[in-house]
Amino acid sequence: MAKRNPLYDFKWCPGCGDFGVKVALEQALVGRMAERNESIENTVIVAGIGCSGNMVHMMEGPQPFGIHGIHGRALPIAYGIKSARPDLNVVVVAGDGDFLSIGAEHIGPQARRNLDITAVIMDNGIYGLTKGQASPTTEMNVVTSTTRFGKLDDKLNPFLFYLGAGVPYLRSQLSSRVKDLASDIKEAMEYPGFSIVHVQSPCTTYNDTYSLLKGDAKKGIEPLAYPLGDDHNAEDITAAANLVRDRRIPIGMIYRHEGEPVAAHQRLADAKERANIEQASVEQLLTAMTIA
Amino acid sequence: MSKNLVVRFAGEGGQGVVGGAELMASAAAAGGYHVLTFSTFPSQIKGGPAWGQARISSEEILTPGDYLDVLVCQNRYAYDANLPDLREGGLVIYNSEEFELPDNSRALGLPADRMAREAGNPLASTIILIGAVAKMAGVSVEALEAFITKRWSRGRPGDEKIVSGNITALQMGVEEAAKTGLQLEDLDPAPTHDRPRIMIRGYEAAAIGAIAGGVEAFIGYPISPATTMLTYMEANLVGKDRFVGQASSEIESITALIGSGYAGKVTMTSTSGPGLSLMGEGLGLAWMAEIPLVVANVQRGGPATGLPTKTEQSDLIVAMNPGHGDMSVPVIAPGSLEEAFWGAIAAINWSERYQGPVLLLSEAAIAERAQDVPMPDLSQVRVERRQVSQGEQGNRRYAGDGVTPFPVPGGAGAYVANGSEHDEQGDTTHLPDIHVTMTNRRFKKLEVLNDGTFEAERTEAETIVLPWGGSKGSARAAWNELTAEGVDIGWCYTMFINPLPADLLTALQGKRVLVPELNYLGQFAAHLRSKGVNAEAITQYTGLPFKVADLKAEIRQRLA
Repeated sequence: MAKRNPLYDFKWCPGCGDFGVKVALEQALVGRMAERNESIENTVIVAGIGCSGNMVHMMEGPQPFGIHGIHGRALPIAYGIKSARPDLNVVVVAGDGDFLSIGAEHIGPQARRNLDITAVIMDNGIYGLTKGQASPTTEMNVVTSTTRFGKLDDKLNPFLFYLGAGVPYLRSQLSSRVKDLASDIKEAMEYPGFSIVHVQSPCTTYNDTYSLLKGDAKKGIEPLAYPLGDDHNAEDITAAANLVRDRRIPIGMIYRHEGEPVAAHQRLADAKERANIEQASVEQLLTAMTIA
Repeated sequence: MSKNLVVRFAGEGGQGVVGGAELMASAAAAGGYHVLTFSTFPSQIKGGPAWGQARISSEEILTPGDYLDVLVCQNRYAYDANLPDLREGGLVIYNSEEFELPDNSRALGLPADRMAREAGNPLASTIILIGAVAKMAGVSVEALEAFITKRWSRGRPGDEKIVSGNITALQMGVEEAAKTGLQLEDLDPAPTHDRPRIMIRGYEAAAIGAIAGGVEAFIGYPISPATTMLTYMEANLVGKDRFVGQASSEIESITALIGSGYAGKVTMTSTSGPGLSLMGEGLGLAWMAEIPLVVANVQRGGPATGLPTKTEQSDLIVAMNPGHGDMSVPVIAPGSLEEAFWGAIAAINWSERYQGPVLLLSEAAIAERAQDVPMPDLSQVRVERRQVSQGEQGNRRYAGDGVTPFPVPGGAGAYVANGSEHDEQGDTTHLPDIHVTMTNRRFKKLEVLNDGTFEAERTEAETIVLPWGGSKGSARAAWNELTAEGVDIGWCYTMFINPLPADLLTALQGKRVLVPELNYLGQFAAHLRSKGVNAEAITQYTGLPFKVADLKAEIRQRLA
């Protein structure tokens, strides 16, 4: 980890939304440690590739374990870690390009397994580290280095995508609201299943959406982001889907599958218990093939 | 008396031709014979040309057999396509409901399906055919009856009826064959055995080897011909702290294995060519981040979808270099079912010892082969585990110029396992001297894999035959016959393909080395040449194993 590591030379741009996410994640982990009397080494941060993936090196304070793998594969790496060690707290950190483009195929399987991990997604609507190409969440018609005449593809609606894939726990937040984000991440880590905290985390260099998200009275810009009211029933998937169909971005608890979910590793434990199977020894396995 | 019986059941997929050969082999094995099966079939569940072959012998068996003593064919196409493989003097049994042969002097037409239906046992047509084969080839009918009785006495209410029905079917086949008077030489009596034997398939041998080696997590994706290992593990790798999962793709399975290995587990997957291609980047991550794991790649014909159910040895280059960049993945390629068992253990030990990915390189003809082998001596099993960090070196996981202790999440020594070039604690850095240091470290780790064994005989000869993997059997049979015929030629073999045993490379210096292998490029020969060996390939790429006679002729020609 990068704490006081002079060799590590990566920096986020000034004003990058990921700074806020970093502080929120640190606070969430410290809070979890204190509350559960759990060591920081019990947490593994699984990072995707991109600006957001550098989170795993940038974190200050108590250092968790980390794995910085290959582009798009943070979720299946987390699947392997969690299936091996259900006792570990596994957190995926990834951006919209990593999670929703090259890695999108992995969301459905983890949702269906109800893999007990938390994914913190930093959505800046752009490929930042490769210097500003269109991502799935870049708005249509936007000019980027790969969309010189305006982006021809529709913007992906990540919330509808998550709901359609069966993600059972979904929160939306802004990177600038650090305290709320910290508590969101901490709560999501407590959820016994696949939880996503989708964060609007603007890129100040290639896609600065701060004023769009928060609005700008001087320029007459209405804020895209708005806080969810108490009237939203997060356990109603139809209500959640209707809510996110709007172009505006609700901030808060969008969806939580009703009832007590059973996490992937618990399903496995239950299944083995039902079957009551003992591992046969190598000798037994071979002896069963004896030619009489 | 004859030492060998080779019988092929040919027809369409779904007609039980593979099952017929295996039943015949199992019955003969139960009677004390050595047996080996080989099958080939199209990538579909019903229909398409398929055949299963059983070789039954009083001696140890190295190959499925070049030529057939008895050909059993279900349709005209099967007859026409397989007749060239029938030896001179061989016999044909054919389904006379499908077609008629004008000349029945060496053939018997049997309406086996109708006979089975009329006997009230429609599932028994294969047994009728086996009865006819047994009679013609002088296989003990009593031994077959004993086998049937045992096989179908499973403690269920209907057992007795099934057993008697099947014995009746067997007798029907015997009687029909007896009427023809067609008769091959009797098979030699079965040998006696001083050690208990098992009848095992290649994938079972590798899977049980992996269990013996202590595999704890197995995550895979269905793909022919490697699915059998996944399903075996799903049924047999059970209990506390063990995990078997079906991934959503090979990309997911390799990256999940990385997560599992990173979390401290002994992990493995099985795949075949297309899956291995998809795993390339993930294997690079395992090499780069130093995560132990084993990929069993069961080769089929390639590239792309290629020949999904046929055998080939064309994945060696990609096994050693499955992804971009500087890496050299260790490869162990079993050449027999016993080696599949021991090779799986060795693959796990290597991955744990050097802390990185290892390829167990199998092939369709090995994975699907059923054979009798002596019960492995389990007292010889040695299991190694990675050296685990106790936290004393803090988070400097990648410090040092060789294998260093492995920190396990949950304990001390938090670090970042990193697929980007990294410093001692796993933080990304692209400084030139660090890339040099870390690249050197990763290659130096291979030096601990120095315990690969090899076979060497008559190495004073100028020319040496050195096959690999599943071509071992055919090459050995060819070598046995050639040396018996007075040809001066040496023999070397190893399943430890990368890194090769140093003493083997020394033994090959100054020799001409002939490498029989089932691919176009001559991949192992090229690998040997890169190590300074004067190697030339003998290639075949038909989707089928070498015939011994073909190999002998080719070797003779190369020596001329």
